[in-house]
This record gives sequence, structure tokens and C-alpha cells, in this order.
Amino acid sequence: MIQDIVVNGLINGSVYALLAIGFSLIFGVARVVNIAHTALFMIAAYLLLIGLDYWGLAAPLAVLLSIVVTTILGLICYQLVIKPIREHEGAVLIATIALAMVIQEIILILFKGHYLGVPPAATGFLVLGGVKVANQHLLALGVAVLALIATWSLLFRTKVGLGIRCTAQDREVANLMGINVNKEIMLALGISVGLAAVAGAIVAPLHNIYPHMWMPPLIMMLAIVVLGGLGSIKGSFIASYILGFTEALVVFAFPTWGFLKEPVALSIMILALLIRPEGLFGVAFEEER
Amino acid sequence: MGLIWYYFRKMFTLIRGEVLVLPSRVAVLVFAVALLLIPVFTQDPYWLRVLILTAIFAIFAASWDFLSGFTGQMNFGHALFFGVAAYTSGLINLHFQVPTFLSIPVGAFAGVLTGLIVGIPCLRLRGTYLALTTLAFPIILMGLVFSIPDVTGGELGVMGLQSLATSRIHVYYITVVLMLALTFIMWKITDSKTGIILHAIREDEIAVRAGGINTTRYKLLAFCLSGFFAGIAGGLYAHIMRTVGPSTLEVSLSFQVIIWSIFGGIASIYGPVAGVFILFPLAEVLREFSQYRMLIFAILVLVTLVFMPEGLIPWVRDKIEKECPRCKVRSIATRKTCRVCTASLD
Repeated sequence: MIQDIVVNGLINGSVYALLAIGFSLIFGVARVVNIAHTALFMIAAYLLLIGLDYWGLAAPLAVLLSIVVTTILGLICYQLVIKPIREHEGAVLIATIALAMVIQEIILILFKGHYLGVPPAATGFLVLGGVKVANQHLLALGVAVLALIATWSLLFRTKVGLGIRCTAQDREVANLMGINVNKEIMLALGISVGLAAVAGAIVAPLHNIYPHMWMPPLIMMLAIVVLGGLGSIKGSFIASYILGFTEALVVFAFPTWGFLKEPVALSIMILALLIRPEGLFGVAFEEER
Repeated sequence: MGLIWYYFRKMFTLIRGEVLVLPSRVAVLVFAVALLLIPVFTQDPYWLRVLILTAIFAIFAASWDFLSGFTGQMNFGHALFFGVAAYTSGLINLHFQVPTFLSIPVGAFAGVLTGLIVGIPCLRLRGTYLALTTLAFPIILMGLVFSIPDVTGGELGVMGLQSLATSRIHVYYITVVLMLALTFIMWKITDSKTGIILHAIREDEIAVRAGGINTTRYKLLAFCLSGFFAGIAGGLYAHIMRTVGPSTLEVSLSFQVIIWSIFGGIASIYGPVAGVFILFPLAEVLREFSQYRMLIFAILVLVTLVFMPEGLIPWVRDKIEKECPRCKVRSIATRKTCRVCTASLD
């Protein structure tokens, strides 16, 4: 039971971290609350399914394909739907909700409501310190950690990342300093959707794939982002593991109360907010008055 | 007799001076009268039922607009008020045989309490934080509902509640009249002095506080009033469906009310009502294309938003009416001068 909690907590946490960092990034840079974020994550999972099952591609190729196609789809959606109405906060919100619904319905029409699965890329298990760990889980964890490290170094160690962070901090001043804000938004969006796609590709072989699979991670992701502090990447990262482990703990330690995983995680979020209204590592955004 | 005649004349002048001068108000009047006359022409039980549900969701959407659109306290978990009130009135009706005319107000009162309970921790939050935190409350409550299935009926909910009235026509008139009255009250509140303060809180809370107004009290008031109106909608829903289930607390209901409201145009009360009266029956019409129904619905909403980001009703209103640059009173677009202060409109 303990190893289940540790392994699943780590995997949940990493997947949530990939999702939440992407969401946080695009919120910070473009002030877009992207409800469709996990719908793009779902697209990646389905693309992986198409690549592996229908076209019989090799696993790494299929993963790469699903990530690239999802990212391009995300950018197209942004240009078509979000960009014309970016100044209207409410409209952006419902546009992303509607976008998520469109994606869900298209998938429902194409694949029907079946619960599908992707064959695991790695079989067998490894014995670590007397504990059996499935190879697929280790692979998932490895990919997630690699993606997180890559994002981290891109954002904090390169000039591209500096530009994105500047735009997130203050869009107008960044614009005055000669940063092409629209380009930075597109970049941040590309990274954000790419991370969601990586998360989708990781989750696909571990869980069922079905047209409503975007809802549960969406709620957890929103809770994580609020708990960690909106727009704070470090906060999202830490909060992901807090809530990822909470979820694994509830599911594996109290199996009969497994349906309470979301309420417990959300209660933790509300309690934390009562003490720190701006989240654990919240950046106080300048009020736009 | 003279007194009655006096009031009658007063009403007539009021209608002529305040309603007939603006096309949008005429439209509202025509809409209300048409709604009341529909059962005279058709008694098709299916469409009456659709209209009954539309009226309930119109109250619900207007209450969301009151809190989120008008006061600016973005609520992503508005289904909480609806669900709490539905469960409260349903359970007391089932277990204690409380009659419907009492159980619905009790449900609304539960909505007010919920508004207080949610409002107090949310006072310190604003904007997106508030939105995402309020999303959590109905999900937590749903967990509670599932963990005590003996009382709440768990996943299936409770069934066999008392019906609102004996015939469908009665139910129709009760809900529609309530809808018209409650939305009118909400609109009146937003038009009053309190409404101006609530509006100001949305625009700039710090400035309002600097103006010596206790914003905490007004924000809580907005939460409670919104909870009250949403609570009435929830109680009505419970007695019309005669069953209460976890679907009244679902995230999709919270999202649905946001879609209706923003589609219709927020911060206007009548916008969300119009949004529900367009989108809800539309979803029923689209039932014929069952498979593509939600897809068509979502694409329609998306396309409308890309062209009218302010929402449908404000867009239409700006086409047929102009606001006076001097006294901010609206006049019909064909006029060259303001109907009150005679300033030029162009």
C-alpha cells in the first residue's frame, strides 16, 4: 500500500505539475483562464491512441506526433477563437469552456463513448528495495521529470524564458522594452499546450481514455494553480505534489472513500486560502485599474 | 373609484413615458405578455415543460448575473446555491411533509445561509482566485452528499417529492409569474442606490472603500441576495422534477449558467434571462440532431462570442438605442437629440 501511494503520488503529482505549469504560464503571460487546457490534454491522449492502434507507429514516433499535432491545434484554436476577444475577460472564459465542449463532442462523435486503452510501451516490473514497480510507471515518471526539468531550464536559464517571464510580470513595460508581446504569448502558449500534450501521452497508457476524461484533471489542476498561487511556476510545482499525494493517499489508504479524492483536495485548497489568500507562492498581480 | 382611476391613469402615463419610449423596454413588455399568453394558444405538455424549466433557469442565470456580472464577484460554483436549496426543500418535503409553499422559501433561506458561509471566506479573494475557489464548494458538497447516502440518496438522489401544483398550466403560471417578478426585483435592486454601490465595487473596490462605504457588508449582501434568488430557482426545480439528485450540484450546471449569462450579456439582469430563453429551448430543438446537438450548440456560442464579445443583448441594444453623452439616458437610435436633456446624440 505504501509503495502504491508513493508511486502513484509521484506520477499524479508529475502529471498535474505538467498541466498546472502550462496553465499557470498562459494565465501569467496572456491572462487567459484556459478551461480548454485539459481538453487539449485529452486530444493528445487520443492522438497517441490513433498513432499506436490505427496507424501502427512505433511508440516514440507516436508520442512525438501527438505532441506536435496537439501543439499546432492549440495554436490554431488560440488564433481563431481566443485572440479576437482577448480583451473581454468573461468572453474568453466562456469561449474556452465552449471550446472544451466542442473538442469533447467531436471526440464523442468520432470514437463514441467507449472506454479505450493504449497498450503500454514497457511491460514487466522492476524490484526497487523489495518493492515491485511497473516499468510503465517508471517510464511515465522519467518522461514527466525530464519534461519538467526541460521547461524549468527553458524558462529560467535561457533568453527565451526571460522574455516570457518579463511579459508575465508586466505586459505593458515588456512591450515598451521592445519585447514582441504577441510573439511571447504564442511561445508561452506553445510551451503550455506542449506540456499538456506530454501529460496526455503519459496518462494514456496508465488510465482509460474516454471523452469526458478532461473534467477530473481540470478540477484538480485549477485547485493546484490556486493553491500554489496563480502565475507562480514554483507554486504550481509544489502544490501539484501536495495534491497528487493527497489524491493517492485517499484512493489507496481509504479505498471505500475513493470518491472523496477531489473534495479532500479542494478542502485543503480552501483551508490554505483562508490563511494565505494569494496562494502558497502567489505573486500579487498589479491591479489593472 | 376615483382613486382606482387615478392609479390607472398614473400607470398609463408611466407606461407611456418610461416604457413605450425605448424599443428595448417595449420588447420586454411584449415578451412578458407573450409569455403569459402562451398557454392560451398551445397546451402541448412537452413545450410547456420546456418553458417551465427555462423560466427556472432564467431566475438562476439572473441571480448569477447579480453576483458575478453586476457585483463582479466571479462565481464558478453557482450550482452550489441551486443544489443546496433543491436538496433542502426536497428533503424537508419528503421527511417532514412540509408543503411546497413553505419548503421553497426554506430552501431559499438555505441559499442565503450558503451565500453567507461561502461569502465570508471569499471576501478576501478576488478575480480569478475567487472564481476558482468558488468552483470547489459544490464539488466538496457533492462529496458529502455521496458519503451519507442514507439521507441524501447518494448517486440516485431522492424521489417522490410533492408536485408544485396539480396541473401543468398551474405550474407554468406559478413559475413564469415568479420568474417575471423576481427578475424585475433583481433589476430594480441593481437600479437602486445599493445597485450603484454594487456596480462600483465591480469597477474599483478600493475606490469604493475610500469613499467610506463598507464594501464587506455590500459584498456579503450580494452573496446572500444571489443565494436567495438562486435558492428559489433550486426549490422550484426540486418540486417540478419531483426528484433531487447530484446533478443539481454538477460543475457542468455551473458552467452552463455562465454560458447562458455571458451569451446573453452580463451586468444587465435581462441579458442572462434572454440568454436562457434563447439557448435552453434551442438545445431542445437541436435534440433532433441528437448526436451533433452539443457540438452545434457550442459552435454557435463560440461564433456569437467572436462577433459580439459583449454578449447578444448589449450588442442588439447598442444598435437600436443611443446613450446621451451628457445625461447618460438612453434614447431610440432614430432620434437626433436626447429625449430628456435635448443634447445632440451624435
